[in-house]
Amino acid sequence: MSKTILIVGGGLSGTIVANGICRQMGAELRSGALNITMLGTTETHMYQPGLLYIPFGRMREAELFRDQRKVLDKRVNFFVDPAKNIDVEKNQVTTEAGRTFKYDYLVLATGSRIMPQNIPGMTEGGHWFYDLDGARKLRKALNEFQGGKIVVNVNAPHKCPVAPLEVVFMLHDFLKAKGLWDKTELTYTYPIGRLHALEPVAHWAKPEFEKLGIKSETFFNTESVDPEKKTLKSMEGSELPYDLLITIPPHQGSQVIDDSGLGKGGWVPTNTKTLHREGSTNVFVVGDTTNIPISKAGSTAHFEADVTIDNLVSLCQEGTFAREYDGKVFCFVETGLGSGTYVWFNYTTPPNPGPPSQMIHWFKLAYNRLYWLSARGLL
Amino acid sequence: MAERQKIDARGAFCPGPLMELIAALKLASIGDEVDVWSSDKGSAADIPAWCAKVGHGVVETTEHDGYWSVVVRKAK
Ligand SMILES: Cc1cc2nc3c(=O)[nH]c(=O)nc-3n(C[C@H](O)[C@H](O)[C@H](O)COP(=O)(O)OP(=O)(O)OC[C@H]3O[C@@H](n4cnc5c(N)ncnc54)[C@H](O)[C@@H]3O)c2cc1C
Repeated sequence: MSKTILIVGGGLSGTIVANGICRQMGAELRSGALNITMLGTTETHMYQPGLLYIPFGRMREAELFRDQRKVLDKRVNFFVDPAKNIDVEKNQVTTEAGRTFKYDYLVLATGSRIMPQNIPGMTEGGHWFYDLDGARKLRKALNEFQGGKIVVNVNAPHKCPVAPLEVVFMLHDFLKAKGLWDKTELTYTYPIGRLHALEPVAHWAKPEFEKLGIKSETFFNTESVDPEKKTLKSMEGSELPYDLLITIPPHQGSQVIDDSGLGKGGWVPTNTKTLHREGSTNVFVVGDTTNIPISKAGSTAHFEADVTIDNLVSLCQEGTFAREYDGKVFCFVETGLGSGTYVWFNYTTPPNPGPPSQMIHWFKLAYNRLYWLSARGLL
Repeated sequence: MAERQKIDARGAFCPGPLMELIAALKLASIGDEVDVWSSDKGSAADIPAWCAKVGHGVVETTEHDGYWSVVVRKAK
């Protein structure tokens, strides 16, 4: 009997899973023993890390987008029809257009999104670069900026742990080149008691901040923003004035996860090793939407997708599980507009970043192009 | 009804136990409890310090074999 793999979400991890399965199960797809269906929200696929470069004029908007049908293997049945309800008891997903899709295996890959609306005043008073609209507005604000107080404000939880630090160093280089750095006071706020969740990254960033004259405030979790007075308050009781507020808003997972009762805030309780949804053996969870306490990053999504491909292929072909996820995360860190470093770790190996270099920055720029090979499953 | 949720953040290098707790409290209701497990002694100390600052209650801190469990009650 024919088996169906249904993938909800056509972002990074969903796309890698779909393409990876196609490559390994050509015979089954040809004979009709397997079919793969994906539900997405748009015809286009956006390279999210590229958003960081938009406010600085370092990437063109068009470079962020590809036609999702071209990124996906042709054998995937792709529908732009968002999932509305996911019923893991009945093994079926209903969509906004009213279709019902049955599955043998389900892959949840619905990612995470920014929720500035969860903090009073943040939508009106803040700028961000975590979506295209925000990145455009920030580009305009930076082009108009003539000096003053900038606050880079990080909130938990959020995806891409390094982007907030990267934007600080990029702001420094950008404003210095425009002759505005001397007229700028930049303050970086972070939710916990150091500059970054990763201890070695925090240790490295501290003297770099001091060298450049960047101020910081730790244990800062935003409670509210006052767009009139141009101040933001923390739950910890402090208040900061700003002329330009660049925030990394708190995130949540997709609404459909919450609405289907699969996890509060859109985070799906997930086995850290098998990547099964807790309580299901035919539902896999990949990428940002898991509740696994590790970084929500493209590399995490990629490594989880690779494990899930092997497990799904093995289950379909041999009726057995293949391997477990070891918690691997890898991140490039831009340390300015011309240098970078990287860091990796897993459930048992602590992170240990090397010294920044121009070459690693070039690697990251190269990755900005290679992403599309990675999504296709070729890298 | 008040709930108790467990976060097993042992070996979590990033975002780490305190950041996980902060995220979980945002979704919790007043009176709910979050039990955070951490293998890092530093965060076992950081969590009560942060709760004192913000005004959440620490119900108990227990040292187990190689990890700490800190139970926090959302107060506001
Ligand atoms: C500014 C920025 C910079 C970043 N930089 C880096 C970086 O340098 N390195 C790194 O590793 N990571 C980086 N990331 C993070 C990375 O992009 C994400 O972690 C990654 O995309 C997660 O993959 P995912 O498949 O879980 O989710 P996504 O790629 O976000 O895909 C989720 C998909 O699900 C879809 N979806 C949601 N709800 C539904 C529904 N109901 N039905 C159907 N589809 C649905 C969404 O539309 C989306 O297409 C960055 C992110 C941003 C925003």
